[in-house]
Amino acid sequence: MTQHVRFYQTGSFAVGNRLLPAEARTVQSDPTRANSLTSGHRACRGCGEALGARYVLDAAMRATGGRLVTVNATGCLEVFSTPYPESSWRVPWLHSLFGNAPAVASGVAAALKARGRTDIRVLGQGGDGGTVDIGFGALSGMFERGDDVLFVCYDNQGYMNTGVQRSGATPPAARTSTTQAVGPAPGNVFGQGKSAPLIAMAHEIPYVATATIADLHDLESKVERAMGLHGARYLHVLVPCPLGWGSDAAQTVRIARLAVQSGLFPVFEAERGAVSAVSPIRHRVLVEEYLRPQARFRHLFEPERRADVIDGLQAIADRNIRRFGLLPGEQT
Amino acid sequence: MLSQIEGSRAVAETVGHCRPQVICAYPISPQTHIVEALSALVKSGRLTACEFVNVESEFAAMSVAIGASAAGARAYTATASQGLLYMAEALYNASGLGLPIVMTVANRAIGAPINIWNDHSDAMSQRDSGWIQLYAEDNQAAADLHVLAFRLAEELSTPVMVCMDGFVLTHAVEAVDVPSQAAVDRFLPAFQPRQVLDPDAPLTIGAMVGPEAFTEVRYLAHTNQLRALARLPELADQFAATFHRDLDALVSPYRCDDASTVVVALGSVLGTLKDTVDGMRTAGMPIGVLGLTAFRPFPAAAIKTAIGAAKRIVVLERAFAAGAGGIVSADLAPVLPADRELYTVVAGLGGRPVTRDSLRETLAAAFAGRLAPLTFLDLDERLLRAAEEVPS
Ligand SMILES: Cc1ncc(C[n+]2csc(CCOP(=O)(O)OP(=O)(O)O)c2C)c(N)n1
Ligand code: SF4
Ligand SMILES: [Mg+2]
Repeated sequence: MTQHVRFYQTGSFAVGNRLLPAEARTVQSDPTRANSLTSGHRACRGCGEALGARYVLDAAMRATGGRLVTVNATGCLEVFSTPYPESSWRVPWLHSLFGNAPAVASGVAAALKARGRTDIRVLGQGGDGGTVDIGFGALSGMFERGDDVLFVCYDNQGYMNTGVQRSGATPPAARTSTTQAVGPAPGNVFGQGKSAPLIAMAHEIPYVATATIADLHDLESKVERAMGLHGARYLHVLVPCPLGWGSDAAQTVRIARLAVQSGLFPVFEAERGAVSAVSPIRHRVLVEEYLRPQARFRHLFEPERRADVIDGLQAIADRNIRRFGLLPGEQT
Repeated sequence: MLSQIEGSRAVAETVGHCRPQVICAYPISPQTHIVEALSALVKSGRLTACEFVNVESEFAAMSVAIGASAAGARAYTATASQGLLYMAEALYNASGLGLPIVMTVANRAIGAPINIWNDHSDAMSQRDSGWIQLYAEDNQAAADLHVLAFRLAEELSTPVMVCMDGFVLTHAVEAVDVPSQAAVDRFLPAFQPRQVLDPDAPLTIGAMVGPEAFTEVRYLAHTNQLRALARLPELADQFAATFHRDLDALVSPYRCDDASTVVVALGSVLGTLKDTVDGMRTAGMPIGVLGLTAFRPFPAAAIKTAIGAAKRIVVLERAFAAGAGGIVSADLAPVLPADRELYTVVAGLGGRPVTRDSLRETLAAAFAGRLAPLTFLDLDERLLRAAEEVPS
């Protein structure tokens, strides 16, 4: 695959695009940005989670005028940002455990309320493991009580920090270290896994959204939108992990875009349990184009092409496209 | 002012007077009456500037308390038994982060077999969690220790567990002088957190620490807890001056001075023990009782002083370590001079009554040097035989 290069990338939302009017630029191209997660941290090259977290937090800082407190679950983001005695965080940041970040965030929110400090807002964050698996009870409790917290899940579709094991967010067929590419049905099982955003919606909380690091403006505006609301809010961000996905570090953003364009990762917003907006697919691609650049799906192409499995994944994408109306104007 | 009041209610009112700012609750017998009463205090508006959070698990209860404490609020929760184990991971976290959370443990057995009745298996299982543990002998002590606990926790920036026997104390109605709001306000200053999440002074709390500093972190936690050994008696004196009654904050010796045998115990069984020992003294056996209020930190020096010249030490354990023996005994053994005899009596597990008759018999055997090193009080041989007969 070759990438079509555009000079100045006019009309795109690339970082630092100086041709865009100032208010339309991303936070990162603003020299006065918060820079909540500073450089020098130890994420892998091309880490989607580091990129996602930086955008989310800087946008949240901007939206709250810097009145922000953050809570972090155990996981790559926590580990690569705070190896003692260093810290990459320029925001108040608390890490407690792997499975309790939403509850800790609830506690922070309760404390601020009791202390009459409602000018300060709370943002919780964790990986997909910390969010959709081990922290799910705490997350659901936080949603159900309507605690004033935005919880952000950085979904890299596996337990990356511990060496790329399968999580409840790992897609079917993906190779992880606990769903290896061996045996007659290599990779992760079909028919398992869950959609945390849809379950979040079932709590009828004020705001649920998905986003990816392929569209940073969209990500930022969703964070800003979320911080403009009160109560429990949820943002699920797809963040490719070059190490776990076996993808080129320079292709992280492109792969996130292909996930969206294939329909495998629907980007939408929901209010009080109902979908209120979707990001339509502009250039649809087949799932195969998304799968090929990732070593975690290599067994679908080598030693021979597994059309049955690829079809199975295409069917999932097609269903997403129908379900969320990702291709408006197209009869499906 | 003395009033006839249930132990749970006395504790709830006292905690309310400590002006907690965040209370998290997940129900488990026999803790329920405490959090029910607190929820009513908050909901009715009697306790203001306080958030009462109904969480979905004990793990969440402790986690909410962690977040609240780190954000500068005085945080409180209560639990027991399975609930304490369910929050175990968060207990170590709270102490590791140095967060001065106060928690009531309404002591109860741990299953299986599931058993709602009182013993100390729950709190003892968390003895190494880095929490200070204080055990109440009666409901007055239970109430008073909470006031002390908040003060101590916040001074040392370390969490404190107040242990009170489930049902035996939590559900018992007796005369208690609930610490008044005015007196508590004199004794307990507003919470000044040592570290706080604040946008004006951003801090990273809970960073990853590797081999280069982990030992030092633990060492400092240990020395910090040991400071409580000196601080507790001082605070007890201040408490007495403010509330006009004594509070045994470390140990409570009873007729130990001339005793040749001393029984060591924690919690409500101390009352029965003292009665028993009174009777035995009348019968010419100089036996004393040593109650431990503090179990963590372990008050080794105070115990040694209280035991004095007593030759035999009997530890009455309300929990035990399968495959090893007595838990308190194991801590006590290295403290004792080599010429002393140490007996472990496991008693009152899962709510079995500890009767004066049985105690008298066992203590008399110890006094006469006839007791086995490890015994189980009132062990029912008939049931043991029945268990053996079950076909496998
Ligand atoms: C109770 C508990 N179980 C397991 C672990 C080990 N552990 C730490 S991070 C992690 C994986 C994190 O995965 P995820 O939340 O998806 O974040 P990522 O590293 O992928 O960003 C695991 C399994 C732990 N720290 N605590
Ligand atoms: S393993 Fe993946 S998520 Fe973790 S730092 Fe590396 S690229 Fe980022
Ligand atoms: Mg992950």
